Amino acid sequence: MTALIHARGLIKRFGDFTAVDGIDVDVQAGEAFGFLGPNGAGKSSTMRMIGCVSPPTDGVLRILGMDPLRDGPAIRARLGVCPQLDNLDVELTVRENLTTYARFFGISRATARRRADELLEFVQLTERAGSKVEPLSGGMKRRLTIARALVNEPDLVLLDEPTTGLDPQARHLVWERLFRLKQQGVTLVLTTHYMDEAEQLCDRLVVMDGGRIVAEGSPRSLIEQHSTREVVELRFATEDQGAYAEKLAGVAERVEVLPDRVLLYVADGDDALAQVQRRSLSPASALVRRAGLEDVFLHLTGRTLVD
Amino acid sequence: MLTLVLPKLVSFEGSGGRAVRVTERNVNALKSAYWVVMAGGLLEPVLYLFSIGVGVGALIGDIGLPGGRTVSYTEFVAPAMLAASAMSGALAETTFNFFGKMKFMRLYDGMLATPIRPFEIAVGELIWAMVRGSLYSIAFLAIMVVMDLTTPLRALAAFPAAVLVGFAFGALGMTVATLIRSWQDFDLIGAGQFALFLFSGTFVPAEAYPAVLRWLVELSPLYRSVDLIRGISLGTAGWAQVVDVVYLLVLLAVGLTVAGTRMGKLLCK
Repeated sequence: MTALIHARGLIKRFGDFTAVDGIDVDVQAGEAFGFLGPNGAGKSSTMRMIGCVSPPTDGVLRILGMDPLRDGPAIRARLGVCPQLDNLDVELTVRENLTTYARFFGISRATARRRADELLEFVQLTERAGSKVEPLSGGMKRRLTIARALVNEPDLVLLDEPTTGLDPQARHLVWERLFRLKQQGVTLVLTTHYMDEAEQLCDRLVVMDGGRIVAEGSPRSLIEQHSTREVVELRFATEDQGAYAEKLAGVAERVEVLPDRVLLYVADGDDALAQVQRRSLSPASALVRRAGLEDVFLHLTGRTLVD
Repeated sequence: MLTLVLPKLVSFEGSGGRAVRVTERNVNALKSAYWVVMAGGLLEPVLYLFSIGVGVGALIGDIGLPGGRTVSYTEFVAPAMLAASAMSGALAETTFNFFGKMKFMRLYDGMLATPIRPFEIAVGELIWAMVRGSLYSIAFLAIMVVMDLTTPLRALAAFPAAVLVGFAFGALGMTVATLIRSWQDFDLIGAGQFALFLFSGTFVPAEAYPAVLRWLVELSPLYRSVDLIRGISLGTAGWAQVVDVVYLLVLLAVGLTVAGTRMGKLLCK
């Protein structure tokens, strides 16, 4: 069986700037695949190349077994795209946004109307069907954009930061809908910088940084490979948390000093905390938690702010 | 099951079909504002026709055409107003509206995620500009016939000419829209358009200018448009009008190709 997305040495340059620097990716049918990375890692550029709206500078790219440069329209006919910024049609109503978009795929008017009603139901916007787009909340617009991406019953759905900027309720609703799509067997490819999103939705993911893939695997395997099982967060009542780093030597596999706290990467958090107390270091607060994708992410891509 | 198969089959329909979908979107967006659009586009040429054509025309009286025939000044100006309105209608839709849709509504980004290609968007928008422009032309030609400025038969012949003028300027406008950097550039377009409007044999025959300027005037796209429609409307059409048609067809083809290519470059980075 051929991969829905097949990329080898994929490169995208804008002038002197290399946005995507030679990545290899394969996405199989039915998978939920994630591109994880900080801003500017090359996630959106990759998504645009997969969406056949941005020609690769170099490398091999096959979508649904076809060449994006030659078969763009045929590939896009079978893709659903939910871009990072909503580009809904503000001159049309909610329902017309779906029916008009369906027409761009050559879908008949009757089918378009039926699909629109089904999808409005699916994203819980039936009551707003006749409303203009402008007064909708951010979460509603996002759901409408997702509905629009499904209007052609796509084989592959591309979601570029599907929940960025949404409040927690709206995020959970979007996740729940995406999870249902996944259950229906739709192949999802998404970018995100929310670790919980990646853990919730992705079967497999790659971490990108500076246009390259720095790690690949399931959320669980990435945590196992690049982090310890648990993390102890210690806060000391002092200006200089770094002063404690030395005293903590040997307690953890890795000690990370932050301006406001010290992190201990350990297999057993309670045991480590007991050792800390035996050394009569008394932190103002201590928290033992399981390591998450966020720890992997920050470890791999660094804590420096990228804009 | 049918719905699963259907979109995949029909999405391979031709380029023309996809362009028409873009036009269809504009029809849906227009809603009940038809009469505002109609009135707005018609007002300007009608006002010019009455103020300059009829008003100033009363002071000027008849003027002689190069062929030796004499016509009233209103008869002379009316076809030029039709050509100018076809031009400004097409330019308004393809520069201002097109730029807004591309840069601010990001409408085309959404369309390009479907099988539609940049060139098809350009064609679809142009068809739309022409649907609008044609409604103005029909109304204006009706006024000309009622005022006895041309015959019904000549008006029928002038209609496709006005449509061609609109198509050519629409393609030109779309090319210009892909070159625009910000809203400020529209002042430049407005100035250029007004200069064309004044000096394209609209109010004064091109023969009235000194030789060098006359050549310049005769090269302007609006002059060729005025010459074409005036020739038909006054019944003096000849080989010069064939040149006009070829000129406008070339402008249409070049404009559309350049616009489609530039859109591809701007939107598919």
